[in-house]
Amino acid sequence: MTASAVPLIWLVPALPLAGFVVNGALLFAAPGAKRAVSAIGVGVLLLAFAVALAAVLGYAGAGGGAPEVFTYWSWMAVDKLQVAFALQVDPLSCVMILVVTGVGALIHVFSVGYMYEDPGYARYFAYLNLFVFFMLILVLGASFPVMFVGWEGVGLCSYLLIGFWFGEKANADAGKKAFVVNRIGDFGFLIAMFLIYQNVGSLDFNAVFAAAPAALAGVVTAVCLFLFLGCTGKSAQIPLYTWLPDAMAGPTPVSALIHAATMVTAGVYLVARCNVLFAMSPVASSVVAGVGALTALFAATIALQQWDIKKVLAYSTVSQLGYMFLGVGTGAYAAGIFHLATHAFFKALLFLGSGSVIHAMHHAYHATHSHEDAQDMRNMGGLKRWLPVTTVLMWVATLAIAGVPPLSGFFSKDEILGAAFARGQAQGIWYLYWAMGLAAALLTAFYMTRLMLYTFHGPNRTGEKESGHLREAPWMMTGPLVVLGVLAAVGGALNVPAIVGGGARLERWLAPVTSAGAALLPAGEVSPGTEWTLLGVAVLIAAAGIVGAFRLLDLNALVPARSAPAETGFARVLARKWYVDEIYDAAIVRPVVWLSRRVLWQGVDQGAVDGAGVNGLARAARALGWLGSRLQTGEVGFYVVLFVAGVVVVLRAALR
Amino acid sequence: MFLTPALAISAVLFAIGVAGVLVRRNAIVIFMCVELMLNAVNLTFVALAQQLGVAGQVFVFFVMAVAAAEAAVGLAIIIAIYRHRETVDLRDINILKG
Repeated sequence: MTASAVPLIWLVPALPLAGFVVNGALLFAAPGAKRAVSAIGVGVLLLAFAVALAAVLGYAGAGGGAPEVFTYWSWMAVDKLQVAFALQVDPLSCVMILVVTGVGALIHVFSVGYMYEDPGYARYFAYLNLFVFFMLILVLGASFPVMFVGWEGVGLCSYLLIGFWFGEKANADAGKKAFVVNRIGDFGFLIAMFLIYQNVGSLDFNAVFAAAPAALAGVVTAVCLFLFLGCTGKSAQIPLYTWLPDAMAGPTPVSALIHAATMVTAGVYLVARCNVLFAMSPVASSVVAGVGALTALFAATIALQQWDIKKVLAYSTVSQLGYMFLGVGTGAYAAGIFHLATHAFFKALLFLGSGSVIHAMHHAYHATHSHEDAQDMRNMGGLKRWLPVTTVLMWVATLAIAGVPPLSGFFSKDEILGAAFARGQAQGIWYLYWAMGLAAALLTAFYMTRLMLYTFHGPNRTGEKESGHLREAPWMMTGPLVVLGVLAAVGGALNVPAIVGGGARLERWLAPVTSAGAALLPAGEVSPGTEWTLLGVAVLIAAAGIVGAFRLLDLNALVPARSAPAETGFARVLARKWYVDEIYDAAIVRPVVWLSRRVLWQGVDQGAVDGAGVNGLARAARALGWLGSRLQTGEVGFYVVLFVAGVVVVLRAALR
Repeated sequence: MFLTPALAISAVLFAIGVAGVLVRRNAIVIFMCVELMLNAVNLTFVALAQQLGVAGQVFVFFVMAVAAAEAAVGLAIIIAIYRHRETVDLRDINILKG
């Protein structure tokens, strides 16, 4: 392959980095140059997508399968630790770079419309480009340390963008919370890396996975659990999911790109990448699948009773990430990645659609100088009259996430549940995970339909005066929505299972990466009859959720947020998110603050370091000085006596 | 041939210097007495150099150089003290004692 574009892979991350540098320079040099910023910010992403597509096509044309590693320079060379800065093209990273640059480019286009009025426009695009750069390093890195650079980098950009409107303390706090919670996970990632190096002596993916069955046998469960701790932080799983709902403080396109479509899937990617390690440890696999299933169900219950449209979507994201972990924990790595891709499509669409709604609501309230909450669904209702395009596209995404055939979410979700059920034959606990996933699917269909009904249907609650100012977003924003809508609808075609006559293309494409792990797992095949039954159950569950929402929700009983009564009973527990934030605050945050203040600050720092160390030495010096000062009597005779005595001592010492 | 009288004068000069340092209170006088002791030693060096070789004379130059430097620094200190305290009486100069 002389004409292959694969060696150009370095351009894919380099382009967004260049965009970041140029936009960052423009931020200081010409803050008003919004056209230039838009052209660069969006242009580098479109170019990166084109290069990525060419590289992937070149790679696929060459047969695909074997990973191609491109080493650029030696990064860390310390004795036996040799880490090169190297990028790796293999089936898994191909899928990821297409999702990141493709969905990323659409969201960049949408951002041009959404953020154009913002004074921090250049800063926004600089951060967004930087984020894409780090995300691409994360998925392209050929070793754990290179991946870790991307892993930390996306965390940084997430922090910067959550706190983008840092003028309000709540936003800055949300950014800080995300950063701190993620650090707990990063700690796990680091420990896992140390363990791997200690036992294998290398950190390159290919070397580690080749050596793992022999070298890591004893510690593989620990390695996997520490890696998974990293995943729970980055991918918002129990117990570290609490930062993601707060991350909605950032601009809505950021929520779509970082906190739904790409960054939060890094943990899923990591587990799929390390499938050999996780497959070696049944305990770790079970933990991953169990935590995933529990998170899927738990977050879905919270989403039932949220009023902020973005909060619903945030908990929905946590829940769907749980599905992905259920998939990769089960050993259905391709299914997990498949759901990752389809979720990127429909969740980006949902977030951008909600952005379109918020944009319209914000403008309506802005025009009438009203101070209502533009994100509260109780202030919406009946928006389909003013936002027809958004309404249709959001319905497509809702049906996709609910798992209605033949939309994309149906195939990916069904595959994960099917795989969990099949694994149940070998290990019974997976039947429980399957049931939890199914229950979460029911809730998903319900809360998404609830969101749609409250937002777009029923009577309007925005206000007489305000509703006149509601407008559909410009094409710059609806255009990306249409593209994502098409993807969300037909994305399932990537991997139509064999049972319904498909070729399972994604699964076969990823097989070179996942086969090593899959070979270590118990084979779980279900008969076609069972598979059809499972499909039927999944469809019934989705239908039940949607119909249930239509039947149970009374749209006419809703009142605007200002006059809404407080929830009571169980609804209140759900609305307050099971009080998890309060529990964490009481159990962890306050003790840590108390420890820091009372013991570390006032005890160790002020008491020991300042008191005994700094001031103690000063007091000792002063005491000695006081003793010396007693000698200055003003009597010269006394001085001479001391002088002679001193001479005698010195002479004695010298003449000895 | 002048050795005995030279050493005698030197001893007398040194004794005067020691006595002056011990009994006087004025810093400048004490200072001059210190110089007196130095010069008494110089005289001894020169006198003995007649018999013991030229090294004693060379040493005198060193002593004079050091004494000149010491005089410059010492007088400067005394002037500085006088500007601050309007006195050069050593009994009054015990501010370290507080």
